[in-house]
Amino acid sequence: MEATATTHSTEAHTGPARILDREPLVLNNRSYSWITNRICGIVENKQPMLWWVLFVPSVLLTLLTVFCFTYLISTGVGVWGQKQPVAWAWDITNFVFWIGIGHAGTLISAILFLTRQKWRTSVNRAAEAMTIFAVMCAGLFPAFHVGRVWMVWFLAPIPNANAVWQNFKSPLLWDVFAVSTYFTVSAVFWFLGLVPDLATLRDRCKPGLRKTLYGIFSLGWRGANRHWSHYETAYMLLAALSTPLVLSVHSVVSFDFATSIVPGWHTTIFPPYFVAGAIFGGFAMVLTLMIPVSKIYGLGDLITPKHIDNMAKIILLTGTIVGYAYCMEFFIAYYGANKYELQTFQLRGLYGPSTWAYYFMFGFNVFAPQLFWYRPFRHNLWVVMFVCMCVNAGMWFERYVIIATTLERHLTPGSWRVYEATWVDKYTFLGTFGLFMMLFLLFLRFLPVIAIGEVKGVLPQSNPHASDHDEKGIQEEDLMNYSDRHVAKTVA
Amino acid sequence: MSTTLKRVHGFLAEFDSVQDLYHAAEHVRDAGYQRWDVHTPFPIHGMDHAMGVKRSKLPYFVFFGGMTGTCVAFTLQTLTQTTFWSDIGFGFLQTLAETYPTVVQAKPTHIWTLPAFFPVMFELTILFSAFTVLFGLLSMIGLPRLNHPLFVSKRFAKFSDDGFFVCIEARDPKFSQEGTKSFLEKLGGKNIELVEDDI
Repeated sequence: MEATATTHSTEAHTGPARILDREPLVLNNRSYSWITNRICGIVENKQPMLWWVLFVPSVLLTLLTVFCFTYLISTGVGVWGQKQPVAWAWDITNFVFWIGIGHAGTLISAILFLTRQKWRTSVNRAAEAMTIFAVMCAGLFPAFHVGRVWMVWFLAPIPNANAVWQNFKSPLLWDVFAVSTYFTVSAVFWFLGLVPDLATLRDRCKPGLRKTLYGIFSLGWRGANRHWSHYETAYMLLAALSTPLVLSVHSVVSFDFATSIVPGWHTTIFPPYFVAGAIFGGFAMVLTLMIPVSKIYGLGDLITPKHIDNMAKIILLTGTIVGYAYCMEFFIAYYGANKYELQTFQLRGLYGPSTWAYYFMFGFNVFAPQLFWYRPFRHNLWVVMFVCMCVNAGMWFERYVIIATTLERHLTPGSWRVYEATWVDKYTFLGTFGLFMMLFLLFLRFLPVIAIGEVKGVLPQSNPHASDHDEKGIQEEDLMNYSDRHVAKTVA
Repeated sequence: MSTTLKRVHGFLAEFDSVQDLYHAAEHVRDAGYQRWDVHTPFPIHGMDHAMGVKRSKLPYFVFFGGMTGTCVAFTLQTLTQTTFWSDIGFGFLQTLAETYPTVVQAKPTHIWTLPAFFPVMFELTILFSAFTVLFGLLSMIGLPRLNHPLFVSKRFAKFSDDGFFVCIEARDPKFSQEGTKSFLEKLGGKNIELVEDDI
């Protein structure tokens, strides 16, 4: 990108960047202490007014969810709009939606780590935090969906008085294990990544409560290489464990539907389709959060246009996969010659009572991301934010289409019933956005939003052999590019 | 509470850059020191080689941790949902756990229903592995600990910002107050400090 090329170039490099040049991951040749000061400054300084402007409504929205759930418990699940045949509606839609949001965090922290994508370092911390908060929001819905939430401990495999254990052959119980494992492993991964940065905050604090707390949570970290050596192995192992985990979680979530015999759900494409959709929706949420964070806190040198560009490309890719899955579902409904399946799809997409949801889903998820084929759109933050908002909404509609519109038309026409959400459904869901935002804002307030240690590690001066090239007459800015090809050319 | 009694922890020397530190580490390794370490704000690529540190053994522990998870999941599910343990003569286990297999939707109770148990076996493998990573790591590196002699040094706090340190501990058989200090000076170490710990 041109702007990037000019910011890091000196006289030796003028004009547009060559196509194969690698763009620097941190702009303007920032020093280690600049990075420390900038990121720790977010936690140490007073928060900007905007933080409060967002935080107060988030807390109020969270209280709204608390109120709705209190009302639900005191009155009964009948305050939700679901009746037969639509027994799963907004609650499970919201659950799948929030779980999906989490997936981008794990993808960035695990899969991109294993594939040595160094650009992940600027966004992984916030994305992992997002994962954890999203899974927290997700967990609320199935817990309350069981009806008597105080009996939710029956999900845990512990002996009870009836000697009736969980049905481990049920996909719903697989879900319990998948989601709780996912949450736990993500939290461990996130915490382990935080330890060196908490040590940074500890070392900058004056003695007092903050220093004590950061001190406790940084576990006495002192950056010893003998520690780093084990630490990096541990981090790599967790990444290697999280990679199949993240793919399995949404596959298992899709089994809730796919292993049933309900027309419209009994589909083998569901696991890959759900995983692609989750990554798609999750990346949109990462961008939705990170673009404002970057602007508000002046992190433009760390979260560069290259980062946003890469994430936009992932959205384009996964959005197109999702589009393929939508078309393939329709095709199989036709080709499979199962008239119930075909009818379900006709009602979903062509002339049912909820086709509007299908059009929203298709437009937001398949057409909107196609803007990202055009490079200037990937670099225009307004366009990126617009597409991400479309995707956020579109992915919710996708889950709604799959769940509610399928159940509306049961096999017996006598029981057909169009689903209508009640105010409790709506406000509960709205409130979880408040909970999510509140947790994210508190994270911004108290923890380093960017992985300080990891970003320092990808700076050009962090290469222990950088100065070895000095004797061969190579300019510093050549090393900025990390490009062996480029270095070889200069030598010649 | 500070006392007048002090114990020497070691010499702490600061280096300007990753490159200086890397070369210094190579020299300390070649000089035959054993009890020493470098302290850096981020892991330095190749430093294990420069220091002569062996590969971490953590993956071996994690393998066994993961296998434990698989076995726990297998036992839990077969014990409560199948007749497997009775069939192989361990029926007392099933009595012990007071199980009453749920037979719904004609799902069988013999061992060949095993594939239905794979998702939970997979998840618990990952869960147990992840806990082994966390606790294995902490026990291998001797953390958490609330204090360390190095934290006495004012300058040492820089390690988490942009400081690159070498610390040679007094426990090292080759350590000597004069020799080690001049060795670190020769390597280009700056602000060489004798770190002492209250007893």
